[in-house]
Amino acid sequence: MNQNYEFSFPVEGGNFDDAGKVSVEIKRLLKDYGIPSEIVRRTVIATYESEVNIISYAHHGTIAIHVTDDSILINITDSGPGITDIEQAMEQGYSTADDHIREMGFGAGMGLFNIRNCSDNFEIVSTLNEGTFLKIVINR
Amino acid sequence: MILREIVDLLDARVLAGEEYLDVEVATAFSADLMSDVLAFAKPGSIMITGLTNPQIVRIASIVDNSAILIVRGKTPPRETISLAEELKIPVLSTKYILFETSGRLYAKGIVGCVEKIEGNESVVPL
Repeated sequence: MNQNYEFSFPVEGGNFDDAGKVSVEIKRLLKDYGIPSEIVRRTVIATYESEVNIISYAHHGTIAIHVTDDSILINITDSGPGITDIEQAMEQGYSTADDHIREMGFGAGMGLFNIRNCSDNFEIVSTLNEGTFLKIVINR
Repeated sequence: MILREIVDLLDARVLAGEEYLDVEVATAFSADLMSDVLAFAKPGSIMITGLTNPQIVRIASIVDNSAILIVRGKTPPRETISLAEELKIPVLSTKYILFETSGRLYAKGIVGCVEKIEGNESVVPL
């Protein structure tokens, strides 16, 4: 089988009503491509957490997916404040979310932790006052 | 247990997905924090929550929950119901509180998606 699909979606900061919309669409596409459900699940958990991070903290961002025969590559790019202390942000339970974010069931401090858990390879680069870049690889 | 039996057990209202209630369910996860659902819920489990916003339906779709069970008698907004119909996820609402809901299901053999958290990752106090 020779599979090679690429697609990307913009995500607007602050638009909590639409949180998860992009990930549900990604799930639909991956299922259409016949990707096994456990791989789809890990991919969309990672994109969902990324989507909520962009909405909660950044001005805007992009979620790009590249499906190949061997893996699913996810590139998340946002322009925003960046992350001051990445090591701390990776820890379970650490969050800088305000009450507004928490009232909606977000901001548990599990986001980056969940993303790393779903990944076979995970890289994060953040520049203060510029933005954050995540590269996530999920092996098929 | 079959979802339809859970409706009777908890005297629940079926708000969406009446046609998807003949499904066997063995596990559940109770949470009001959606990241915890993403971290721990298993495919086919019931999501038990006090939240009602449309995000709960998207999360349920992402982790392949068999149903959403809303506690404390809350009625979700119309957007939540229409999204659940679109994504084919049953939504039930019971007047029992979260503790009672979970306990009654556990007594009937439904177990948690995980029993306790493995490992010793430190949780940073807020």
